[in-house]
Amino acid sequence: MRVTFTVNGRRETADDVWEGESLLYVLRERMGLPGSKNACEQGECGSCTVYLDGTPVCACLVAAGQAEGREVRTVEGLADGDRLDPVQEAFVECGAVQCGFCTPGLVVQAHDLIERVAQPSDAEIREALAGNLCRCTGYEKILDAVRLAAARKAAAS
Amino acid sequence: MDFLRPTTWAEALAAKADRPEAVPIQGGTDVMVELNFDLHRPAALLDLNRVAELAEWTCEEDGRLRVGAGVPYVRLIAELGNRLPGLAQAARTVGSPQIRNRGTVGGNLGAASPAGDSHPPLLAGDAVIEVESAARGVRMIPAAEFYLGVKRSALEPDELIRAFRMSPATGPQYFSKVGTRNAMVIAVCSFAIALHPVERRVGTGIGSAAPTPRRALAAEEFLAAELDWDARLDPAVLARFGELAAAAASPIDDVRGTADYRRHAIGVMARRTLTWAWNEFRSGHFERRAG
Repeated sequence: MRVTFTVNGRRETADDVWEGESLLYVLRERMGLPGSKNACEQGECGSCTVYLDGTPVCACLVAAGQAEGREVRTVEGLADGDRLDPVQEAFVECGAVQCGFCTPGLVVQAHDLIERVAQPSDAEIREALAGNLCRCTGYEKILDAVRLAAARKAAAS
Repeated sequence: MDFLRPTTWAEALAAKADRPEAVPIQGGTDVMVELNFDLHRPAALLDLNRVAELAEWTCEEDGRLRVGAGVPYVRLIAELGNRLPGLAQAARTVGSPQIRNRGTVGGNLGAASPAGDSHPPLLAGDAVIEVESAARGVRMIPAAEFYLGVKRSALEPDELIRAFRMSPATGPQYFSKVGTRNAMVIAVCSFAIALHPVERRVGTGIGSAAPTPRRALAAEEFLAAELDWDARLDPAVLARFGELAAAAASPIDDVRGTADYRRHAIGVMARRTLTWAWNEFRSGHFERRAG
């Protein structure tokens, strides 16, 4: 089947999509957007987190056809040209990245958190990131990055 | 495989009547895993995301809430947390924020897993499941009659789940769940309690400790007979309640836990949740909050 939806502001179409295919597969394999990572394929790891109509979801749990006509924003759509999003900058500065595999999902999920909650408590950060698994960092630097991004966003507004 | 995309409830019912083998998909939490791992390849998927009616909830004339099968957990928590506190507590333990953004009670009911987090509070709160088919119209199925076996429900192949109906809480409600983490956990076992002070009875629901979610009926009957609603909780009554709740479970050994552990944990959670609910009831907090 053919599936058409908006990705990072651009209208995209994929043909010959299998009806049981996930949104994640379409993004990575058919639209050339490998930022969202494919790991558990069962909603456990959060590596494939993308915005669907402004709400963070696991792209592996969205059937491609369910995205028809809707708006998807992936990690590739957070930066403004060469200028990183403040969350991405904070991840770099805090050393919140080791192997980097979980990073795109964490960045999208953290981006959503500080959009909704201006100054999240540590408990709120942990709750928001509970579905994003990192096996390298031990999370402390990830928490630092989210605190830094939130503080900068609050100071800028 | 076909991908069916109804945009109204009538279209969805017509599609299900025409293709009873089609698998409904809402948040995808269970259905997509089966597809991703090629465990199950249905002849058709029936996408319900576009059926706007399913994502609405209303307060009915009889005072009960009618919550559409497509209302995601995140909205249940935010919009109905005060009126359905037991179910909202359970909803907070479902998966991760990403899962709760899309997952629904309707999907939990459709999957009918004994470990589904919604089921114990639906049982404790006397929920009724509204299902419908194009041929026979609406059927109202009490939650206690909905679950028939492991991942089997009373839903007929040509029917879809429209909503669940439940009265706003008239007393404290609690949910407890055992798992290895505080997030992203399929229940090892779970327990829900709902005090119904007007009727002087207590509702219960057991999760993941029997082939289906089920009520602890003997434990409920015991409390209806023995509980003194104007007194502090009698430790002997509490202990017996825990024993009867544990006896109502018929768990198995599996990768998440042993039968013995589950039976023990059900007893512990039954005592704990009753204690929490009773303390809230006796403190008068519930009336003040509700009022």
